[in-house]
Amino acid sequence: MAPMLEVRDLVVDYGDGTRVLDGLSLAVARDEVVCLLGPSGCGKSTLLRAVAGLRPPDGGTVLVRGRPVDGVPDGLAVVFQDYGRSLMPWSTVARNVAFGLPRDLDRPTRAARVREALGSVGLADVADRRPGQLSGGMAQRVAIARALACRPTLMLMDEPFASVDAQTRADLEDLLLRVRREYGTTVLLVTHDIDESVYLGDRVLVLSPRPAAVVDDLTVDLPSPRDQITTREDDGFVRLRTRAAERLRYPDGAPETPRA
Amino acid sequence: MGANPSPARRRRTTVAVRGAVGLLAFLAVGEVVGRSGLVAPELLPPSSVVLARLAEIVGDPAFRADVVATVLAWVISLGLALAIALPAGLLLGSVPGVRIATRALVEFLRPIPSVALIPLAVVLIGQGPGSKIALAVYAAVWPIMFNTIYAVADVDPVLRETAAAFRVGRGRFVARVLLPAVAPFVLTGVRLAAAIALILLVSTELLVGGARGIGEFITQAGSGGGRMDLVLAATVVAGLVGLGANALCTAVQRRWLSWSDVP
Repeated sequence: MAPMLEVRDLVVDYGDGTRVLDGLSLAVARDEVVCLLGPSGCGKSTLLRAVAGLRPPDGGTVLVRGRPVDGVPDGLAVVFQDYGRSLMPWSTVARNVAFGLPRDLDRPTRAARVREALGSVGLADVADRRPGQLSGGMAQRVAIARALACRPTLMLMDEPFASVDAQTRADLEDLLLRVRREYGTTVLLVTHDIDESVYLGDRVLVLSPRPAAVVDDLTVDLPSPRDQITTREDDGFVRLRTRAAERLRYPDGAPETPRA
Repeated sequence: MGANPSPARRRRTTVAVRGAVGLLAFLAVGEVVGRSGLVAPELLPPSSVVLARLAEIVGDPAFRADVVATVLAWVISLGLALAIALPAGLLLGSVPGVRIATRALVEFLRPIPSVALIPLAVVLIGQGPGSKIALAVYAAVWPIMFNTIYAVADVDPVLRETAAAFRVGRGRFVARVLLPAVAPFVLTGVRLAAAIALILLVSTELLVGGARGIGEFITQAGSGGGRMDLVLAATVVAGLVGLGANALCTAVQRRWLSWSDVP
């Protein structure tokens, strides 16, 4: 069976000719959560946009379920970092969540999908409010509900929790792990936060600075379900985060000087 | 409410009270200057006289017909201007090729003072209400169109990308994203356009005989008898009409566009 996502030798240039991605390859299996961990500006978001079919690659191929990506693939949903900018302030929460639903669904089905998705993220009671009346964490849950309402087989998330406070962030991380089990969704999540990548991921792909290349592929073999307190003090967690930090800091291998 | 009005309501009451104080002070100055002998009372009648005339002409069916003529032309002008400027603004804002192709023409036409086109309009269209409406439409199109163009450019790229990622079609994008996003800017444009259109209508009525309206009433009162009290009373009515339109815009803003931070 073809993997959920396969990226082969992907090349993407900016308009000014700068090469952002230069032959990047990776694969994501079905039901996996893969975190892309890379320094700011390394091309993580560009990679996500190429996978989403929002930006045609300048070289290489992107395959979703074995089929080359030509426009936004079926069963794909995206959660952007800027929830404040990706939600429509003039529409109610319910209408925002319904925004991405396929047009051929009838009214009762649409309403049921919206209710279900809002219930999954614990926001059933704010369906009639507008995004401007919600906190940042709630707004990002609306964005997640909007993606879930489409019942995506592949969910792309671009630094989804980067703009919320630490407590909200922990809650949202646990929410993501729960709903992706419920919905059976494969997740490719971009982050620059080492702890977050290890906590959320089944695998962590560490990227080098621009042009991004995969410098390490860490399998996260931590017990499930994960827990914000116990998982984070697990020896395995500490070992993985140290390793990820090292590879992030020294993509070409650690310097020879012994550590104190 | 009663004893414990909401903060928003209390704020609105404060604003209304202060506005009334400002207006009363203005009327008081007008009264004092008018009675001081600094100017002849025929040239600048005191406020009380103007207000008395105002009460008289408001009861006069002929004057009421003039007001209706002006307001009707105004509503028609703004409706036509919106019907032209909104689609044009959406097109110019969305298609860079069209914007570049029309830039020179637009930049030539826009600075022409619309009042200067009154003779041309009269020659082309005649002395009926058609001339003043055409001129008011011409003048009102610009602020609405430019606000729309800027609003389209202002639509958040993340929102466009979100729509693309959820495979939202063009028609749905216009209805669900583009039109709501530009609405507050368009309303601001309509506000500016309303003031400009009223200027054009009254000016054309003033300068061109035979076009019924507040402007013609002012011309007739001002010429011959030189009845400045009637001229000022009619001018106050024109101002009140503008005030009403602005209140209407504010109500629309508050009712449907409260999500927006565009003032």
